[in-house]
Amino acid sequence: MERATTPFEFYAVSYLTRIGNQSAETIGELLDGLRQCSDGSIFHHTFQTLGTHHFLTENFSNDFAQWAMADANRNDLAEQLASLDIRDYVSIAVLRHDLCRIVSDFCEASPELAGQAALERFYFCEGVEVTIPLGLQANTLEEFREGIELLSHAGFYFHFISSRLRLQLQTNDFSYWLAGALGLKTLAEAVNRIDIYTNTLDSTRARILRLIDRERRPS
Amino acid sequence: MTEHAVSTRIPLDEYAALLGEGEIEDLRALAKPLRGRRVEMINSTAVGGGVAEILTRLLPLADELELNIQWHVMTGGEDFFEVTKSFHNALHGAPYQPTTRDFEIYLSYNETNISRLPLDSEFVVIHDPQPAALIEARKRNHNYWAWRCHIDLSHPNEAVWDFLAPFVAKYDGSMFSSPEFARRLPIPQYLFYPAIDPLSDKNRELSGDFIDSVLAKYKVDPQRTILTQISRFDRLKDPVGVIRAYRIVKRYFDCQLVLAGGGAPDDPEGAVVLKEVMREAESDPDIKVLDLPAFAPLEVNALQRASTIVIQKSLREGFGLTVSEALWKKKPVVASAVGGIPTQVIHKQTGLLAHSVEGTAYQIRFLLSHPDIAAKLGEAGHQHVKENFLITEKLKRYLTMFLAFSNGH
Repeated sequence: MERATTPFEFYAVSYLTRIGNQSAETIGELLDGLRQCSDGSIFHHTFQTLGTHHFLTENFSNDFAQWAMADANRNDLAEQLASLDIRDYVSIAVLRHDLCRIVSDFCEASPELAGQAALERFYFCEGVEVTIPLGLQANTLEEFREGIELLSHAGFYFHFISSRLRLQLQTNDFSYWLAGALGLKTLAEAVNRIDIYTNTLDSTRARILRLIDRERRPS
Repeated sequence: MTEHAVSTRIPLDEYAALLGEGEIEDLRALAKPLRGRRVEMINSTAVGGGVAEILTRLLPLADELELNIQWHVMTGGEDFFEVTKSFHNALHGAPYQPTTRDFEIYLSYNETNISRLPLDSEFVVIHDPQPAALIEARKRNHNYWAWRCHIDLSHPNEAVWDFLAPFVAKYDGSMFSSPEFARRLPIPQYLFYPAIDPLSDKNRELSGDFIDSVLAKYKVDPQRTILTQISRFDRLKDPVGVIRAYRIVKRYFDCQLVLAGGGAPDDPEGAVVLKEVMREAESDPDIKVLDLPAFAPLEVNALQRASTIVIQKSLREGFGLTVSEALWKKKPVVASAVGGIPTQVIHKQTGLLAHSVEGTAYQIRFLLSHPDIAAKLGEAGHQHVKENFLITEKLKRYLTMFLAFSNGH
């Protein structure tokens, strides 16, 4: 069995949500908040929500879009915000810029709606991440499969979703290692193409395991 | 000896079977750097109420991870608990005019407890307002103190909050059940959900025979629709409003209503509210008002499992763990959109929210008319609880906070 040039290190991860002092009652205030909040807050409400509410795939996966729909009752704005695919972003600054542009365009086009009070306020929060090595490494595709199967939801989310910002590449820890350390570029690409918006973390994991199994099957 | 002993052992492997080995491996990894470091949890009652219940289950789990967490219960006289009950209601927004004497009583019992409790562990977690002033015992740079607020502080009585806030500001961090409960404070505020234990007597699977025996004991007919609210007899839980909603539903559906709850030693108001409820129920044989002992987990579990719909029509709520209990049992829930309830009941996804007696009745009628939707909501609710509101997740948050404190967050 092919051995990797460098082992894959699996991590245990936990997130603490820190409640900020900023909140928004109107879409205009949401725009102010988006401009002023921390990078951690943008990350929390876009990337992290994919991990926390992953099993409700009918919901919009980012908090800004969900609030625009459920509390501000602006489906048009919600759809615009939800259309941002975090896989396109390797920088929070660029993501923030695009979020602000969408909300700002809405406020300019409908100033009377921008000042209307929503049903519930939007509270800006941010995540505090603590990571610890699980003490589990993979040197082969077989061991890698076992590791993925064992990972918690948080660990899976950390390696597959939040890793994009850490790597500053449009990929994830799994694909990065498969391509770089095992030379399995086709498998790496297939893993990276999985739609994380319409899948739960569990169904995403199942797809990855199926792709690995297909790779391991003798041709 | 001040430590409250909790003896039940809960093997971690039993959680792994329920939640997956990966979740437990994460806990083990996070606990490892904290082994041998001491934690103290302090609250005001050993039985009754959500905090005591959580701690009863959290400590054995921590033991399994070789963590050293001690639980201490502060002591107080009747006068102290009357004052703190008034504080509690006032912080939830009820009108209240505190007197200087009230503050003196509060401070005097906190001072007494400072001299009897150790308060010298590396991490000290204080639950709720009753022991909040224990922070005065803190030695500078000696250890980390966190204040866990289980109350909805979104509209607090200013006089009471102004009195407590300076104590809270001295902590290293605070924890709230929802972002809207948090106040503007000079210390970090973290989101901490309360939690239920899926393996506790209150939540574990029960045999059909046992459930039937509980229904028979309380003369509840298992063949007919059962609407249930489990909660303390407390005006903020609006048991009278539940009866009024039931009466509207009854015009359309044959049903029974179970109102079951118990008292807690720190809640002197319970008996008065129970009488009000009995009066409202009058002689309707289909309303079962059950004054359960403070600790009756198996009976509560059976009543929830036997229910067609579980109601939580609170007027104010810290979090409302009974909602998570019902959702864990895949029950459709109709609940008020107050406090931490919307965090658990995502409207039309994991249950239905209501804002009035009429709204509660309407949503119950809707679910009774559409059992397929009710089942789908119950299923999604179960998943939501599994991901967010279980004791293992709660312990993980504590470990994360302790590690974050140690890392300088």
